[in-house]
Formats: sequence, structure tokens, C-alpha cells
Amino acid sequence: MISDGVEDEEKWLTAGIAGLQQNAFYMHRALDSNNIKDALKYSAQMLSELRTSRLSPHKYYELYMRAFDELRKLEIFFKEESRRSCSIIELYELVQHAGNILPRLYLLCTVGSVYIKSKEAPAKDILKDLVEMCRGIQHPLRGLFLRSYLSQVSRDKLPDIGSEYEGDENTVMDAVEFVLQNFTEMNKLWVRMQHQGPAREKEKREKERNELRDLVGKNLHVLSQIEGIDLELYRDVVLPRILEQVVNCKDDLAQYYLMDCMIQVFPDEYHLQTLEILLGAFPQLQPSVDIKTVLSGLMERLSNYAASSIEVLPEFVQVEAFAKLNNAIGQVIEAQPDMPVFGAVTLYSSLLTFTLHVHPDRLDYVDQILGACVNKISGKGKLEGKATKQIVALLSAPLEKYSDIDIALKLSNYPLVMEYLDDSTNKVMSNVIIQSIMKNKTHISTADKVGALFELIKGLIKDLDSDGNDEMDEDDFKEEQNFVARLIQMLYNDDPEEMLKIICTVKKHIMTGGPKRLPFTIPPLIYNALKLVRRVQSQDENASEESTASATPKKIFQLLNQTIEVLSMVPAPELALRLYLECAEAANDCDLEPVAYEFFTQAYILYEEEISDSKAQVTALYLIIGTLQRMHTFGVENRDTLTHKATGYSAKLLKKPDQCRAVYACSHLFWVEDQDGIKDGERVLLCLKRALRIANAAQQMANVTKGSSGSVILFIEILNKYLYFFDKGNTQITVASIQGLIELVTTEMQSDTATSDPAADAFFSSTIRYIQSQKAKGGATAEKFEQIKV
Amino acid sequence: MVLVLAIGDLHIPHRAPDLPAKFKSMLVPGKIQHIICTGNLCIKEIHDYLKSLCPSLHITRGEYDEDSRYPETKTITIGQFKIGLCHGHQVVPWGDLDSLAMLQRQLDVDILVTGHTHQFKAYKHEAGVVINPGSATGAYSSITYDVNPSFVLMDIDGLRVVVYVYELIDGEVKVDKIDFKKTPTATI
Repeated sequence: MISDGVEDEEKWLTAGIAGLQQNAFYMHRALDSNNIKDALKYSAQMLSELRTSRLSPHKYYELYMRAFDELRKLEIFFKEESRRSCSIIELYELVQHAGNILPRLYLLCTVGSVYIKSKEAPAKDILKDLVEMCRGIQHPLRGLFLRSYLSQVSRDKLPDIGSEYEGDENTVMDAVEFVLQNFTEMNKLWVRMQHQGPAREKEKREKERNELRDLVGKNLHVLSQIEGIDLELYRDVVLPRILEQVVNCKDDLAQYYLMDCMIQVFPDEYHLQTLEILLGAFPQLQPSVDIKTVLSGLMERLSNYAASSIEVLPEFVQVEAFAKLNNAIGQVIEAQPDMPVFGAVTLYSSLLTFTLHVHPDRLDYVDQILGACVNKISGKGKLEGKATKQIVALLSAPLEKYSDIDIALKLSNYPLVMEYLDDSTNKVMSNVIIQSIMKNKTHISTADKVGALFELIKGLIKDLDSDGNDEMDEDDFKEEQNFVARLIQMLYNDDPEEMLKIICTVKKHIMTGGPKRLPFTIPPLIYNALKLVRRVQSQDENASEESTASATPKKIFQLLNQTIEVLSMVPAPELALRLYLECAEAANDCDLEPVAYEFFTQAYILYEEEISDSKAQVTALYLIIGTLQRMHTFGVENRDTLTHKATGYSAKLLKKPDQCRAVYACSHLFWVEDQDGIKDGERVLLCLKRALRIANAAQQMANVTKGSSGSVILFIEILNKYLYFFDKGNTQITVASIQGLIELVTTEMQSDTATSDPAADAFFSSTIRYIQSQKAKGGATAEKFEQIKV
Repeated sequence: MVLVLAIGDLHIPHRAPDLPAKFKSMLVPGKIQHIICTGNLCIKEIHDYLKSLCPSLHITRGEYDEDSRYPETKTITIGQFKIGLCHGHQVVPWGDLDSLAMLQRQLDVDILVTGHTHQFKAYKHEAGVVINPGSATGAYSSITYDVNPSFVLMDIDGLRVVVYVYELIDGEVKVDKIDFKKTPTATI
């Protein structure tokens, strides 16, 4: 049925256009022969097509445009006095004889345009006449197009300041009156469309109305172009009249469109200066009007205006823009109790953007807005959907504006707003906050600020509800926690006392994170503490015993010990072991023997009890040996105990090659190159011999299990160690022993059962080359190495 | 002319939040042919970042690396040079040149790149070159005090390698360069 309707419309339009064109043809013929009477007759017939009620606005417009084109040509004809053979006044009279009112009025407007141009009568009179007479058409669609025509032809003939039509009798006021009246009438017609026709076609009507809205809005455009309208005129006449019409028409479509249109076409300065009047209209609008969008649009324009130049900023202060907007929003929200939460938040969001642009230094304003937001959203439970997006935007805006997180932390209502976010949004927001800190490379410098910050981002720090985060993807979780770890690196203060407080604050917070988070968050904290130890180390030398400062290495080590203990219970023994060893080294640098010993003890316990994976054991053992080798603070007893244990562990590793290597690594525990370092040649040799025995055993095992001797590489490695200590001057290493090893290797490599190992071959070759290069060095080295035959 | 970036010991996020901005702006994809990394990145994001700079990425395992599948040592041939890579915590005493020389002999390489001490080093030792690119983030080290962020760029051209070291000292990037020439070794 509907498609039939559309088809019919097409038919009528085609018919209409045909009729119009036919009459136009005759009209032109009449014009060519200067036959005014006939011309008018045919033009009236032509215009009669516009009397139709059958077309939708879209189609009517097509018809109208063709008529418009023809009328332009008619107007040109009228302009030439010689051709029309009568005065303009006579013509004005003549056209009123047309039978039907609509054609009559179109012709009248056309002639009227020429009349004004001729200046034979004051523009204002003609304009007034025309705008009044158009009242004759009360049909909305036809009336709108007629008045639109009037607006178009009169546009360049308004008695504006500086126009040729201005005079004693014609002033700007007249122009304004004319346009305002046209506007008012057009709006009335437009609104009337809403109530035409059956209720079920309401949607269709609204769609049609939307198609026509620019016709009405055009009047406002025209007004905005009138140069003669200064601020006073705008404020005293234009604005009140427009608002009156907008409010009184009580039509939500019109109200929404016109408010928005007005805000767009008139200059921002005017809006600023008439803010109170403008805002006063909002509560009077229909409750169903989407005020928040219009208000947001207004605030956005004003923000951009503020951003455009610094000189306009004082204006804002002068008109108390913020207070007025804030009030207006409050009133709107009160007047519409059913407004959804996200609507209210959008309003506050726009106001916040405005404030950040116009009054960036007024943190109290920003805080006020957040507070108002809290009031609005409290009691509604946790937010969801669109509202959360808006809140995130709201909270992110201050972060972007103020690159220093300190400022956001000063806003007392900021954390309150965050309370209302659901868990996943809290995480999103926390991420935004951390990103802002990382991007701006701000260092958070006091314990209080750190505490406040960690409160804000608690969604990342701990499980907020008892569900836990089983739903979270493992990789995402890692990323998230690593992000928190990086944040911990950004906390810093030059003053050791404050730094220690910061560390304690962070510790307090991350301890609530649970076993999943601790392996990520504890290590960065440990390193912060170790860095602090270094800093106070040098100061400590100057400090006196009675100093009340709590940031002493001892205190920090206590803290470290406690913290790492927690980590080992997670359980994360490998990580904890590494951290214990780092602390041991730091304690060593502070010459705190008991502290260092304690750390080693803890590390050893972990090794013995918790680390059972072979590969992990090997790495852990190298770390132990490497660290122990560097310890200079241990007395003989302590050192012996630890060394003995380390060599014991080495010999007990699972795989023989690993054992061998660890044992010869232990040889370095007995030889330290520092001037007062231990240099126990005998025990070095003992280690190397032990390593040799293990290598032999490995060879035998290979013979038995694989039928061929295993690689000689272990022997070559041990040979290199022999050469190392020989070079360093360990007298226990004899040339004979070296020689013996060389022969052993050579024999093994040449034996029939040898498995070929190119790596071993290359290693042996480079070892031989090394010996040769040592011989070539000259001096004492050459002498030593001279005795080795290769 | 082959450019090789030697970098390591970033320790992100345990000891440092990120690479220094000045380094980041210098390290641009497409300019470097190989990256050799001593280890201790420590997380996947850093691996991905390095990979984005250059697809030819070689890494050895540091004791804090999240990914335990990186090898303990690696040998790569670039042009006329054999390059050995190892994090260095396995070579005791840490930072000891003669022990590192042993590793060099064992891997049979011309250039040995190791880390762990966070201290830049580059010099000729015995029959080869030993390079430590230091820590790219200036991360805390129990071994070295006052670590400046640093990395190394090697320009390999025939039998010659020019080693450029980039160090961030007091906010400014300082560059130094060392030349090495390889003598063609006679094979036994």
C-alpha cells in the first residue's frame, strides 16, 4: 500500500512538473511579446501547481525549485521598465488580481522584490506588507515554502547598516522586525504540522518536519548576518523574541533544533554576554527535549572560543560563566528527575572540559563538578554501559590537561567518583592513570601521594570482590601487573626518610594483592629499597650513632628480609633466592657481616628445600657461587661454612657434566684477585682435581652406557682452568699437571672409540693457540709458559 | 656494511620502567640488520619491541628473564666474524676477563658479547674482542655503582669492525668508537 503511495507521488510530481513547464512556456512566449497580461495569466497558472496537497515535502521541494527558477526569469523581466510598460506600483496592483491566493502571493513577493530595488517606496513598508499578506496561507507546507521564497528574495534588500536601502525611514530595526516576524510565522506553521493527520502517522510526520527544518532555521541565519545587530540589539530584542517563540511553541522538535541552531549561528561573544538569558530558557523547555546535547554543544563552543585566544578569558570571569553554567545544569537535572545517569554525567563532562579550557587554575571548580557528579550518581549503585564510558572520559580529562598527577590527586572528589565504578571500569581507569604518569614521566614524591594513588588504582592492586579474577586472561594479567611494576619505579624522593616512607606505603598496599600479584610487585619494590641503601650508605659514614633517622641500611635490610620472606611463601623460591643474594651483596658493600650471612642462609635454605628442578638448580648455584666469590665481609668461619655448602651442592647436582662444571667454578671461591683477597692455591687445586675425577667418571659412564667415550670437552674446560690459575701464579699448579692434561686430551681425541666433536676440536685448538700466544708475549709470562710442550 | 645492535640487561620492569626516551628515539626499525641481546629483558613486551626494530633477533637467557627457553649461549656468524653471545652470570668470577676469554675460546668466536655486570666494556683480549654493552636502561647492579644507560652498535665491514658505544651521561647521549681489525687466522 505504501509503495503505491510513493508511486502515486511520483506520478503527481511528474504531472505537476509537466503542468508547470507548459505554463512556463506560454509565459515566456507572452513575455517575449511584452504581453504583460498574458504573462501574468500564465505565471499564475504555473504557480497553481504549487497549490497541491498531494506531495511530501521532499517532492514539493522539487516542484518549488522549478517554480523558483521560472520566477527568477520573470523578475528579470519586471526589472526592465521599458519592457513592462507600466509602473512598478501598477504592477504591484496588477498581480493581486490573480484568482488564487497562493499564486497571487508568489507574484506579489516577486514584484515586491523589484519594487524595493526601485526605491520608489521605503523598503520597510513593502516588507511589512509582504510579511503580513503571507498570513493568507495557513497550510503548513505551502506556507513554509512561500515564506521561504519571501526570505530568499528579500535577503539582499534588507535595510541593514551600510546597505543602500538604509535611510531615515528604514532602519536596522525594520529589518530585524521583518525577519523576526517571518521566523515566528514560519515556526508556527512548522509546529502545526505536528498535529495534522492521524496519530499513527506521527513518525512519518516528524520525519517530514525534519526535512523542512532548515527552512525555519534559515531565518536565524539571516538574522546573524545582519551587521546592524550589535550586542545590545541582540540582547534586548533579538534573543528575547526568538526565545519567546521557542519556549511558547511547546514543541520538542522545534525547541531542540532552534536552540541548537541559535547557538551555532550567533557569535560566541554574544552567547557569553547573554548567558543568563540563554540558560534561563532551558528549564522552560519541554521535558522530552534532549537538553544535555544542546547544553553540551554550547559549552563546547564556549570552550573553543576560550581556546582561540587568551584575551577573551577575562570575559568569562567577568560574566561568571562557570557559576551560571553550573547552576543551569543543576536546574536542568532537577527539572528532569528521570534523566538517565549517563545524561547527567555527559553534562558534567562538558562542563569539566569547559572549565579545563577556561579556568585551568581553578581546581576548586573542577572539584566542585566532580562533587556534583558524586551527588548525582550516589544511591544508584554501580554504573554500567554508557554511563561508565562517560565517567571514564570525565576522569581522564583532568589527567590529560594537567600532566602532573599530583594535581589530580588533590581533587578530593576524584576518589569518590572512582568508588562508583564497577571493577572492570576501575581497572580501565587505573590503567589510564598509570599511562598518564608514565607518559609524563612524573615522579610521585611523597608517601601521602603514593598512598592516595594506590588507593585510586586499587582495582589493579587487589581483588575488589570475592570473585577473584579467574576470568582474566593470563597474558593480560601479566601485562597489567607489569604495568603496576613499572609504576613502582616512578616513585622517588631525594630525601631518604621520605623515600623509606614511600617504600613502606607501597609495601602495605601491594601486600593486599595476594599470591598472584606478589611475584610482579615485590621485585621492583626490593630494587627501590636497594637503591635507597646505596644512597644512605655513603651518608651513613657521616651519621652519628645516636641519629634518629630511620633510613639506615640496617632498617632497610630488615624490611627487605621481611618482604622477600613473603615472596618465598607465595611460593616463588627462585625469585626469592635471587633477591636474597642481591641483598647479600648490598649488605656486603655496607660491611654488615651478620646481615649478609643471614641473607645467604635464607638463600641456601630455599635452594635446599624449594628448588628441585635440575636446570633451576644449576642457575641458582652459579648465582650463589658468583655472589659468594665477591663477598669480602665474611670472616674465615662464616666464609668456610658457606663455601663448604656451595661445593657440596655442586657435587650433588644431578647430571655429571653439571657437577663437574659447578665444582671447578667453586675453585674461584678460593682465589680472589683483590689485594687482601684469599688466595688458597691448595684448595683451588683440590677443586680442580675433584672436577677431574667427576669428568673421568662421566667418561666411564659414557663408555658403559653408549659404548663410546663421551666428549672430551670437560677435560678441555678443566685444562683451561688449570691454565687460568697457572697464569695467575698459583704455585700448586705444576707444568707437569698441565702437560698431563694436554696429553690426556690428545690421546682421547685420537682414540678409536672417540666420538667426533667439532666443538671440542675447535676448543682444544684455540686453547693451544692461547698457550702459544702466551709464549710469544715475552717476559715472565713467556718464561712460565715456555715449559709447556704443545 | 652490516649494523649489529648489542643490547641487554634492561631489567624492565623490575629495576627500570622503560628505555630512556633519547635511546628510544634513536632506535628506529629498518636501520639495523641484527640485534644480539645479552639477556635480562625481562618481559615479553620488551622482546616484542626489539623484534619490531629488527626481525633478526638473537637472545641468550639472563637469570631474570621471563622466558626460560632462551639458550644459555649462542654463536652467530655475520660476515667474516663469528660472534658469541652469553648473558655472563654463568661465568665465574663475574666480569673477570680471563674467565671470559676461556668462554671465547670454548665458543671459538672472534667477538664475545656478554652482560650481567651492567658495565660497558670493549677491548681486545687475546685473540679476540670482548664486548659488554652495559645496561640499556642504567638498571641497578650489585656489581657496578652508578650505571649509565648504554648500548653498542657494531659496524661490520669485511675484516674490520667498528664498535660504537652510546652512553647516556647526565641526560646527554655521548658516543665513542673503537676500531678492531681481524687478522685472518691460519687454520690448523
